[in-house]
Amino acid sequence: MSQIWMICRKELNSYFASPIAYLLMAFFALIFGFGTYTATRDFVRFAFQAQLQGGGAPMNINEQIITPLLSFASTITLFLVPMITMRLVAEEKKSGTIELLLTSPVTDSQIILGKWLGAMLLYVCILAMSVINLALLFAWGKPDIKPVLVAYLGLLLQGGCLLAIGEFISTLTRNQIIAGGVTFFVCLLLWLLNWSTSFDTTGWAAVVNYLSIVTHFDNFSKGVIETKDLIFYVSMIFFPLFLTSRSMESLRWRS
Amino acid sequence: MIKVEGLTKRYARTVAVDNISFEVEKGEIVGFLGPNGAGKTTTMRVLTCFLPPTAGKATVAGFDVLENPMDVKKRIGYLPETPPLYPEMEIEEYLKFVGRLKGIPSGAVKSRVNEVMERCAVADMRHRLISKLSKGYRQRVGLAQAIIHNPDVLILDEPTSGLDPQQIIHTRELIRSLSGDHTIILSTHILSEVEHSCERVIIISSGRLVAIDSVMNLTNRLRGSQAVAVELEAVDGRPNPNDVQQRLEQVPGVSRVLMKESRSGRLIFEVEGLQGRHIRSDLARAVVNAGWNLNELRSLGFSLEEIFLQLTASEQRDKAPEPEKEQVGAN
Repeated sequence: MSQIWMICRKELNSYFASPIAYLLMAFFALIFGFGTYTATRDFVRFAFQAQLQGGGAPMNINEQIITPLLSFASTITLFLVPMITMRLVAEEKKSGTIELLLTSPVTDSQIILGKWLGAMLLYVCILAMSVINLALLFAWGKPDIKPVLVAYLGLLLQGGCLLAIGEFISTLTRNQIIAGGVTFFVCLLLWLLNWSTSFDTTGWAAVVNYLSIVTHFDNFSKGVIETKDLIFYVSMIFFPLFLTSRSMESLRWRS
Repeated sequence: MIKVEGLTKRYARTVAVDNISFEVEKGEIVGFLGPNGAGKTTTMRVLTCFLPPTAGKATVAGFDVLENPMDVKKRIGYLPETPPLYPEMEIEEYLKFVGRLKGIPSGAVKSRVNEVMERCAVADMRHRLISKLSKGYRQRVGLAQAIIHNPDVLILDEPTSGLDPQQIIHTRELIRSLSGDHTIILSTHILSEVEHSCERVIIISSGRLVAIDSVMNLTNRLRGSQAVAVELEAVDGRPNPNDVQQRLEQVPGVSRVLMKESRSGRLIFEVEGLQGRHIRSDLARAVVNAGWNLNELRSLGFSLEEIFLQLTASEQRDKAPEPEKEQVGAN
C-alpha cells in the first residue's frame, strides 16, 4: 500500500513540476466559469420574466443550472483525460526510467495502481476548480446539495474509467503524442456511442448504448445512483487496469 | 552469489543470448566484455528480472529470477546504460524516491540518501534539477541510485561510457571502493576498463560465451605474437634508419620490423615477434651493442579488438566451422 502511495505521489509531483497540471486546471476553470456565467445569466433573465408575467413554472437551480453544467463538465473531461494520461507510461518507456520501476521490488499492479491514482488525484484537483463556481450558487441560492454530490461522484467514476483506459493506451507506445491521440479518439468514440443509437430500438442498439460512458452519467447528473451504473463504471475501471497489467507483462517478454 | 546456467534469450527473430553459463562469487568484481550487440545488456536485464529468459536458469543469492523476482530485486542494484533519471526531480528528491521504491524504511531514507550522495560526490548539487545536470553528474546519480539500498549485487551497464577521463578515473575508484561488500558485474567494451577494476572477465560475442578468465591469464594466454615498440635517439641522421632496421631484423625470433617514425631526433620501430618468443631482452641487447641510445622499449598491449579476434579465431579453429545464420540482436 505504501508503495502505491509513493508512486502516486511521484506522479502527482511530476504533474505539478511541469506546467501541464496548471494548464489543465486553468483551462477547465475558464471553460467551466464561462459555462456557469452563461447558465446563471439565462436563469436570472428567465426568473425576471417569469416574475413580471406572474406565475409560470417554478424555477429550480438544481435542474436548470447545476445539472446541465455538470453534464457539460463531463464532456470537457473527455478532452482533459488524454492530456493527463498520455505521459503516464509512454514517457517512462521513452526515457528508460521504466527499467528502474520494473527492476525495483514493487509489483506491476502497485505501479499501475499508483500511476492511476496519481492521475486520478490530478483529475480531482481539476474538478475542484468547478467547486468555486458552485459555491457562488450556494451562496446566493438554495440548491439541493445531495444531487450535486451524486453528480460529482459520477464525474469521478467516469473520470476513473477514462483515466484507466488512457493508462492502458499509454503502455502500448513510447510516443506520447500517439498515446494522447489514440486515447482522445477512444474517449470520443465512447461518448458518441449513444448518439448513433438515439433513434434505434433494436437489441444491438441497447448494447451499444450501454457501452457509452455518457449514458451512465445521465442518471448521476440527475442525482440518481443506480446499481447498474455503478457496476458499469467500477468494471470499466478494473477492466482497463487489468489490460494494463497484461500489457506491462508483455512489455517484459517483447522488449 | 550469481549463477547462470544455460541462459538463452530469444527475441522474435533473433537470438540475443545463446546458452551462456557462468558463476560469480561473493565480493567479486567481474567484467562483462564484448562488442556492441553481443548480448551484454540482455544478460544483465535477465539478471535484474527486467526480462524473463527464454530458456535456462539464473539465480541471484539463491533466488531464481523467474520464481522469486521480488527477492532478487531487493538484492540487486542496477545502473542501466542510460541512467534512469526523472528530469523534473531534484537529486535529493529523486534519491529519496528510489530509496523508498527499493524498500528502505521511511525513517532511514534521509540518512541513507545523504550517505550515497557523499559517496558518489553529488551532494553539492543536491537541490539541482536533474535535467540541468552534466553527463558526469547524471552518471554518478545513476550510480548512487544503484547502491542506495546497499544491495548484495551491483549490475552496472557501461558505467563509464560518455564520461571524460577524470570522471572515468573517479568512477573506477568508486566502483573499486564498493567491491568489498558488493558483488559487482560491470559491462564494457573497453579492455583497459576491465584491467583496472575487474578480477575476472567474461567475454561474449554474438550472444555466445567466448572466455571466462582472470585478466592476467587472458593476456598471458595471448602474449605470443606480441608487438614491441622500440624508440632510439637519433642525432644528425645517426644512426641510419636502414641500418637499424637491418640490425633489428637479425634479432632471433623477430618476424617483422616496421619503421613508424623518424623525426625530431627519434626513431620509432614496431617489431613483431614469432609466436611464443620473448624478444624484448634480445632487442635491447642488439641496440645497446650497436652503440645506439635506447630511449624506450615498450610492449604494445592488446586492444579488445585483437583479443577478441584472437579468441574467436581460436574458438573457430577448435570447433568445426559452422555457418552463422542468426542475426545478432542488438540489446
